[in-house]
Amino acid sequence: MFLQETTANTTGYMIAGYAIAFIVMALYVASLYIRNRNLQRDLTTLEEMDKAPAPPAARRPKTQPGKTAKPVTKRARK
Amino acid sequence: MQPKSVLLKILDVLAIVLLGVSTYFALVKAPTELVMGNVQRVFYFHIGTAWTALLGFLFSALLSLIYLYTRDLKWDRFQVAAIEVSLVFFLITIVLGSIWARPAWNTWWTWDPRLTTAAITELIYIAYFMLRQGIDDPDRRARFGAVYALIGGISAPITFYAIRLFRTIHPVVIAGGNPEAQGSFSMTPDMLTAMFVALIAFTVIFIDLYWNRIRLGNLEDQVEQLKLKVMM
Repeated sequence: MFLQETTANTTGYMIAGYAIAFIVMALYVASLYIRNRNLQRDLTTLEEMDKAPAPPAARRPKTQPGKTAKPVTKRARK
Repeated sequence: MQPKSVLLKILDVLAIVLLGVSTYFALVKAPTELVMGNVQRVFYFHIGTAWTALLGFLFSALLSLIYLYTRDLKWDRFQVAAIEVSLVFFLITIVLGSIWARPAWNTWWTWDPRLTTAAITELIYIAYFMLRQGIDDPDRRARFGAVYALIGGISAPITFYAIRLFRTIHPVVIAGGNPEAQGSFSMTPDMLTAMFVALIAFTVIFIDLYWNRIRLGNLEDQVEQLKLKVMM
């Protein structure tokens, strides 16, 4: 390419480059939107489950005498 | 989830507008490079995405330090968001570089120091998400992720300086004249303008996507907490 006297015709590569850049960005924005929508649905379902009265036996997991349930996400509640 | 703030909505619009302006400058305002032709125009997006991605990786290393010091999961969410957006931007950098290399170097890929360090950086951060997927406990996941991102952060300056430290065919366009480089070019004032517009545009786009990703992380956390509450 660098020994030629006229400008190389590389327009096809340029179009491919810009097309890929825009497609990747669009896909990422779409993934943010879809994940957000799915989480909103999950949140609504969980809020409904939380409000609904649960049967007494299902409210707390059974623990053996002398043992307490392990708090899995103690810090996560911050 | 809280509704989007006015500032974020403005940032969303500004990011789209700046992307359009940057494309206009790169495709219309900047002159055609005499030797390489139009493919040189991918340079503006290539450098814009590379700049923000490498800064994002460094920023995530800083956030890791803050998390390890405070042990507050908020910083873990900020760190994940920074790495995810940087990973997407760096993928664009690598693909655009490869497309430029085909007519300039007559090959899609060569194991040049810059290309190799860039590929390693991308793989390091892909592995970061694989590591996180394998750990259930949020505290452990955040701790391991922070240490990994802190060590992985070293790859960003190595990638940046690879063309200045090693013999390479990759052009050093900013502050450097590499005699080994193939495909380097001198920038005219219009080219410089297009480059700076791209740098500003991609910085704003990065901040906008980063903010949106943080909001998604907060929502994920909210759902996880509610799941635990419902299960108990």
